[in-house]
Amino acid sequence: MKYSVDERGYYGNYGGAYIPEMLYPNVEELRQKYLEIIYEPSFQEELQSLLRDYVGRPTPLYYAQRLSEKYNAKIYLKREDLAHTGAHKINNTVGQILLAKRLGKTRIIAETGAGQHGVATATVCALAGLECVVYMGKIDTERQKPNVARMQLLGATVVPVTSGSQTLKDATNEAIRDWISNPEDTHYIIGSVVGPHPYPDMVARFQAVISEEIKQQLQEKEGRSNPDYVVACVGGGSNAAGAFYHYLNEPEVKLVAVEAAGHGVDTGFSAATSVLGTLGVIHGSKTLLMQTEDGQIVEPHSISAGLDYPGIGPLHAHLWETGRAKFYSITDDESMQSVVLLSRLEGIIPAIESAHALSALNKMELKPTDVVVLNLSGRGDKDLATIINYLEDIEKPHGE
Amino acid sequence: MENRLVNLFREKRENLLNVYFTAGFPELESTGVVLKTLEAAGADIVEIGMPYSDPLADGPTIQQSNTVALRNGMSIKKLFSQLAEVKQQVNLPIILMGYLNPVLQFGIEKFCQEAARVGVDGLILPDMPLHEYEEEYEPLFRKYNLSVIFLVTPQTSEERIRKIDALTNSFIYLVSSASTTGNKVGGDAKQLQYFQRIQQLNLKNPKLIGFGISDRSSFQLACKYAEGAIIGSAFIKVIQQKESLEQNIRDFIQEVKAQEPVSA
Repeated sequence: MKYSVDERGYYGNYGGAYIPEMLYPNVEELRQKYLEIIYEPSFQEELQSLLRDYVGRPTPLYYAQRLSEKYNAKIYLKREDLAHTGAHKINNTVGQILLAKRLGKTRIIAETGAGQHGVATATVCALAGLECVVYMGKIDTERQKPNVARMQLLGATVVPVTSGSQTLKDATNEAIRDWISNPEDTHYIIGSVVGPHPYPDMVARFQAVISEEIKQQLQEKEGRSNPDYVVACVGGGSNAAGAFYHYLNEPEVKLVAVEAAGHGVDTGFSAATSVLGTLGVIHGSKTLLMQTEDGQIVEPHSISAGLDYPGIGPLHAHLWETGRAKFYSITDDESMQSVVLLSRLEGIIPAIESAHALSALNKMELKPTDVVVLNLSGRGDKDLATIINYLEDIEKPHGE
Repeated sequence: MENRLVNLFREKRENLLNVYFTAGFPELESTGVVLKTLEAAGADIVEIGMPYSDPLADGPTIQQSNTVALRNGMSIKKLFSQLAEVKQQVNLPIILMGYLNPVLQFGIEKFCQEAARVGVDGLILPDMPLHEYEEEYEPLFRKYNLSVIFLVTPQTSEERIRKIDALTNSFIYLVSSASTTGNKVGGDAKQLQYFQRIQQLNLKNPKLIGFGISDRSSFQLACKYAEGAIIGSAFIKVIQQKESLEQNIRDFIQEVKAQEPVSA
């Protein structure tokens, strides 16, 4: 079985580049040049030095003793929450900003949901001295105010998007419209393994540093580079793509992808695309997406803004279809219990996204000898307001 | 088999006016009325938009009309039944424009079959990849006598333009500038150079200029460099007014098509 992208930009039945002609020259330029640029020695040298000295890589692989005791297995946390800006998102933006400079682009655009990718993009734009415009759904700008302030402090322009449902899907549409209108000087930094080819592959390659490090670190700690399980949450799926990347062709490593069930997969308020999605085209890629019978894209729901996306990257659709990855869906409530659990057991406040991955431990049948690597994709500071509101709500006596 | 779009270009190769409107806008049952009124008012071609939740290439005016049409209950199935109803009363070439996903969900062969049945002549599916059309869909569209129209932008390479010219048999949709729909055509030097560059390619197909054509002066400018032009967002603004819909359409088309140059 092949899990890498083919020359047409597909993972099995998923992927491709379904874009209007206005985007074709830019996407085609990227397609022709991305591999060559990324693997140039001078590019790699610059990238590695930034990943080390600026991002703070390698991020630790931490043996979580008390969590391991609770689940009766050996659980390691890959600490992407300790990367600069607080999540794995920066691995991709550092790579893409170097690429944009080599393409001679002077202006950067990005979409963001919770604001993590927006912050990671604004950060690297400040670093590179490039203009930065971030599209963010108006509703998200209101519920993620601290990240809006961060982006602005970093010098980015944050554009609140009022079209459609005013969330991540529409922010992505608006970023694409910007790129249509500014094809010559602008590079679009997509934040996940979504979008037209070559984006899913390019972003996966920049995130692959996660599994590259896991292999080495696990070898040092366990005397084996392959764990029994790798667990990661999936919205679009960039942290999962990075954590799975170097294990895709190692069949003894079981891959676990965790989606957001929202209020529950049958409630109409969910983001569990592998359960609710069907084959279609979203943001330039053929993949699984949540849609009506008429092919209109449905607005998802998750308490976690980072998982609140109606599609999944084409790689993950392929992993789902082939059974290479096992998919779980975790509700808002389950994820919040894991936020509290990890905070109290290990002194680590996880992002709500990453807490979905943690909750999957409750559903997996683990043996005491199993070695599990869980990608802790981000830290929970950004979610404090959501977490506090949630806890206050459930602690209220009934009838109030 | 006759294709009205192909026939039209055989007979007329100048000042062609193609008008875009969104199906089911401003009201669900407006489609037939707008279509018939446009024909009577003198439009040469109509392009009917199939509304979509995520119209990537469209500016705010057309986006909004898509949202309203979907809220009104518009769907591809409904559009086919509306077109079937007015089929006997409409003679001008009809193009359907829409994004690929709803068409895929409808089923692409079933879509072509239905389109042919209700009298559709051409299709614009802006996010359908050219190579997939060549490798996969071309025989299907051909079977149902549907002419597929492709977009060309200022950034499209000559090699690709020639390929597009070879692949189509009705016209080439010349996007006026790097923009989504609804921005005004300025007629600046760079734009005119682009129009001239395309003119000099001596393509076999006629060209219609679209995106930003909004009134008589931009229409006349476009007709200097191409066989005609496409008006979309500006027309959507005209039909936003539910009152005196037909009169407004007649007035607008008459104003755009008037031969006299725009007085300064």
